[in-house]
Amino acid sequence: MSDSTIKAEQLVREFKKGPRAVDAIDLGVASGEIYGFLGPNGAGKSTTVHMLTTLLPPTSGTARVAGYDVLREGPQVRMRIGAALQEAALDPLLTGREHVRLQASLQALPRAERSQRADELLARVGLADAADRKVRGYSGGMKRRLDLALALVHRPQILFLDEPTTGLDVQSRTALWAEVGRLAREDGVTVFLTTQYLEEADVLADRVGIIDHGRIVAEGTPGALKAEVGRPTIEAIPADDGDLSRTAAILERFGELVTSSKGVAVRLDDGTSGLAEVVRALDAEGLQSEHLQLHQPSLDDVFLAKTGRSLEGAGDDEEEEERRGLAMEPAR
Amino acid sequence: MRTLRQPANVVAPLLFPMLLLAVNSGGLAAETNLSGFPTNSFVAFALAVPFIQGALFATMNAGTDLARDIQTGFLNRLSLTPMRGIALLAGQLGGVVVLGLVQTTVYLAVGLAVGVHIESGVAGVLVLFAFALLVALGFGALGTFAALRTGSGEAVQSLFPAFFVFLFISSMNIPRNLIETSWFRDLATANPVSYLLECVRSLIITGWDGEALALGFGIAAAIAVAALALSTWALRVRMARS
Repeated sequence: MSDSTIKAEQLVREFKKGPRAVDAIDLGVASGEIYGFLGPNGAGKSTTVHMLTTLLPPTSGTARVAGYDVLREGPQVRMRIGAALQEAALDPLLTGREHVRLQASLQALPRAERSQRADELLARVGLADAADRKVRGYSGGMKRRLDLALALVHRPQILFLDEPTTGLDVQSRTALWAEVGRLAREDGVTVFLTTQYLEEADVLADRVGIIDHGRIVAEGTPGALKAEVGRPTIEAIPADDGDLSRTAAILERFGELVTSSKGVAVRLDDGTSGLAEVVRALDAEGLQSEHLQLHQPSLDDVFLAKTGRSLEGAGDDEEEEERRGLAMEPAR
Repeated sequence: MRTLRQPANVVAPLLFPMLLLAVNSGGLAAETNLSGFPTNSFVAFALAVPFIQGALFATMNAGTDLARDIQTGFLNRLSLTPMRGIALLAGQLGGVVVLGLVQTTVYLAVGLAVGVHIESGVAGVLVLFAFALLVALGFGALGTFAALRTGSGEAVQSLFPAFFVFLFISSMNIPRNLIETSWFRDLATANPVSYLLECVRSLIITGWDGEALALGFGIAAAIAVAALALSTWALRVRMARS
């Protein structure tokens, strides 16, 4: 049975004249799993992907992809992986079909199979109609889909996606998620996905690793990570401001009161199973709510708990440093 | 394919050298009256220049295309295939060499059309093609080296004026033995571009000049070998993979 796992131990990457972009991370991805690597801009996500895909040698530590060492067995790793990196990396002067055929040729697919594979992949990513147009006429979403098709040409066991939906509209993003989910579910492809979007990690990933300043600060299933930092909160804004204290007295029966800027909020002792009881209790006292909302802990709450910062807006300065490091000559 | 889909990359190396040839032939034709000038036809003398000028365009084309591949991440995509690094380089230089063939054909055709006689005959034309391809390969490899080291199209393009200086401080417009200004003559003698020009010129004007051919081919080969070695090394550093 083929090995479609990813394993990294104490992986480090230093760039010249800069801090450690990746600082001794350990991670493991099982076969057929979708692993979400979540972090702000400049956290070290892309650098990690570059090392795991053999594009950048680690400064120290080890990584094995599909059972092969990324440093010593690079060709074997590359045969078994596909990658759609942060840049769409397309030649604007070639058509979509020419890209796929070129990729098929470079991946040493038999000549007889190349056209068929091109047709199949272009149809699968919804580019059949645009296949013979030059890429410079493609939208951002179309380029990303073509990029994914190119990564799949040689039927890789492991797929690396580096921020695949950045800059895409909602429709394109949803379509890409559906395809990634299908690849893992039906084709058994192991997917290593980096993202800065909480929702993407939450929806897609079986397990999530959260990285900040080059270190993994949390790892686990999205549910387990969120449960770790807290239970869900219910927030009620009474229709009548005068009912605030009565509302607070009702809600206090179900958990610990927490700060709310607009009304009353309580962290539910029994999780979401207590929600129906809350609604019944408010109704029994004749209290009408203008607004009643359940807040589940988010991965941002996890990030906040681990780092003291919110994921959104974090890392803008670090992104520039990481990008500069990847563009320069790699340190030896 | 990509080279041919960028008309500016194909037309400019053909048009610009011909324009310069026309201007110089008109303005410097009186040089043929100098005692010791090797030919009565200044066009025949100056026809060697487009061949070397075209090589500069080869540098730019190969270099800027590769720099763009690096900047867009296309090189990373190619790096993830089983393709060996040297094959990536060969692919980049393939287009340049084909363009070099086209350029040589056009320059010769224009020269013949305006009455230039190729003294070395058909065999000399074949040798000329071989030389032009070697020069295109060498200068193209210089461009790829610059691209791989800098990853910047702008940096590659900044080489153009530098190479042009080499072209002008040579025997481009006058034979070295007729240059009266001693410092200019010394620099032209030390400049390898002079020998590339003189190699082409010997096939057109003289016929078979063993020394000119040996020096021209030797220097072109040395440039090609050095540039290819540097490019291969730079590619290995750039890709930095096992």
